Amino acid sequence: MQQRRIFGGTRRFFFGAMLAAFALVSIGPAVQAEDDPIRIGFGMALTGALAGAGKAALISIEIWRDDINAAGGLLGRPVELVFYDDQTNPAKVPGIYTKLINIDRVDLIVSGYGSATITPAIPIAMNYDMVFMSLFGLASNEEFGYDRYFQILPAGPEPRIEWSRGFFEVAMRADPKPTTVALVGADAEFPRNALIGARANAEAAGLEIVYDETYPPTTVDFSPVIRKIQSVNPDVVYVASYPPDSAGIVRSVTELGLEAKLFGGGMVGVQFASLMEALGPQLNGIVNYDFWVPEPTLNFPGINAFLEKYQAIAEDAGVDPLGYYLPPFAYANMQILAEAVEATGGLDQDQIADYIRSNEFETVVGDVSFGANGEWAKSRMLMVQYQGIEDQSLEQFTEAGTRVVLYPEDWQSGKLIAPYSDAK
Amino acid sequence: MLGGFYASVALGLTLVFGLLNIVNIAHPAFVVLGSFLVYAANAQWGVDPIAMGVILTPLFFLLGMATYSVYHASFEKRDNESLRGLAFFFGLMFIIEVGLILQYGVDYRLVNAPYIGKVINLGSVTLPLRMLVPFCVALVMALGIFLFLSRTYLGRAIRAVAQDQLALQLVAADPVRIKRIAFGIAIATACVAGALLIVINPVEPAAGRVYIGRIFAIVVLGGMGSVRGTVAAAIVLGIVESVTSTIYSPSWAPAVAFGFLLFALAVRPAGLLRR
Repeated sequence: MQQRRIFGGTRRFFFGAMLAAFALVSIGPAVQAEDDPIRIGFGMALTGALAGAGKAALISIEIWRDDINAAGGLLGRPVELVFYDDQTNPAKVPGIYTKLINIDRVDLIVSGYGSATITPAIPIAMNYDMVFMSLFGLASNEEFGYDRYFQILPAGPEPRIEWSRGFFEVAMRADPKPTTVALVGADAEFPRNALIGARANAEAAGLEIVYDETYPPTTVDFSPVIRKIQSVNPDVVYVASYPPDSAGIVRSVTELGLEAKLFGGGMVGVQFASLMEALGPQLNGIVNYDFWVPEPTLNFPGINAFLEKYQAIAEDAGVDPLGYYLPPFAYANMQILAEAVEATGGLDQDQIADYIRSNEFETVVGDVSFGANGEWAKSRMLMVQYQGIEDQSLEQFTEAGTRVVLYPEDWQSGKLIAPYSDAK
Repeated sequence: MLGGFYASVALGLTLVFGLLNIVNIAHPAFVVLGSFLVYAANAQWGVDPIAMGVILTPLFFLLGMATYSVYHASFEKRDNESLRGLAFFFGLMFIIEVGLILQYGVDYRLVNAPYIGKVINLGSVTLPLRMLVPFCVALVMALGIFLFLSRTYLGRAIRAVAQDQLALQLVAADPVRIKRIAFGIAIATACVAGALLIVINPVEPAAGRVYIGRIFAIVVLGGMGSVRGTVAAAIVLGIVESVTSTIYSPSWAPAVAFGFLLFALAVRPAGLLRR
């Protein structure tokens, strides 16, 4: 008896559900354009080597989604994100984007984080003529030359050269002018590219290269490298390194007392909260690249509101608690796409690409316009100097003056302290 | 200086791989696990990293014993230890890495201690305490293990297990129990090595992989199970790397170090110091 009643209940439920479904289908098309969400798809590194940055990027994109939905959505429709974990594995990426476009039928796509997972997605975007917003792909579009690819890293049209241009410009401002330079970097993709650019810039500045070596990425002790550099006594030391090496090099340089006019350049990692906190005063005097720092010259509309929301989430999520390096750019990437969609009044990929190509956008990372290869039309790689860092608190890095901008002049917020040993 | 740290990691492996013939490829992962626990204590309560490493050794000893029990029950007893055992330790390595990622995220972690960033000057040579302190701790630990293996009853039993398991059974000793203890000790040394690692360099969950090749090379070079040999091999490898970096070029350091390994094995196939 009991059994039957349940069964009967289920049957009635099914019947009702079917009726409801029919009703929905019959009125569906009329409602769709109004209420159906606009779906934006991407793969993101949520596990694997780049997961730290990937998670931070996801948080930023989610903040953007909440912001735009609170403001009434895109084209009056709510925005929905469809994303998959690419496990920082380039081989997973083509499958993810094919599925997003063919099966999930997303309306727009954006990239995951980093060159490794961006490059394999470009052919898929090209195949379907989709606009592809790229988040920190270093020269990823070089081989493809895809005209609907737009990249938010502010390295400009010649990333390799621009990466260190500011460093050498700043170096040549020092008095007396430096004459020699040492170049050192890890034996890996990014540092090698950075060193190629640094060599060109050093030669253009008329500096004599007295040391030019790479070290294996597995290096543990950097004392021998620093000692060798000290023995040739260069005026300027340019370093292109990944986070663990950056920490090792900064410590060795402090311990062994490097005498140089300028030290730093292309060290990845010293922008991250974890290393800044751990290295503290040892960072003083270093001149290094950055994308955004809390200086008054870079106080763009909306950036503080965004960072406040991000920082409230970041601590618990176990990602960079400050979020100056990548998150604002992940947010700006979405702002640009949204503005283009609103301005063209639809989801026509052709029109959106045209619009992004030919307009300037006001974003949380400043005004952005794109050049022919989809990179920023003009580089805005910052060179900042770490100054007046007293202890190992994270707080001090949220205030202006700990990382003053020296280059480009338009954004300059302080003066170079040289030589390096004086700034320490 | 670097050799001391290498020795501290290789020491545990020399016990396990050299004496017990277990290819514990997860050993560096245990080292990184130690680093993270030390980091957590340091960040939370400001405990000295190396002291914390020593405090944690009993915990790691138990962890090692448990690991060996699982390994023994599932592989060694059924006599298919070589390849599947390797897969087991590979799996273990991934589990430790992913566990650390879930708990701490993928960021690099560092510790604070009074001796980090300071140097002492011996004539014209500047020695960073960040390298010197781990070097001394590693030597003390190596000496401890050496004395344990040569002077105590249990230590001699461990060496006996390596030579002839059957003979040990004949004198009514339980080889499995002895092996379990040896494995526990090896993992306990990994914990101290982890503390040393995070004093020297920042650590992230997958940092252990970098060292797998080097550490196995040191154990082989040292003569498979000889504590003195392992320490000598680690120091020699560290010196060869440093000297090559200084005099020639850092990119050649691993090549020269491993070239030296090949040369040494060609001349002395049994390793530097035979056990």
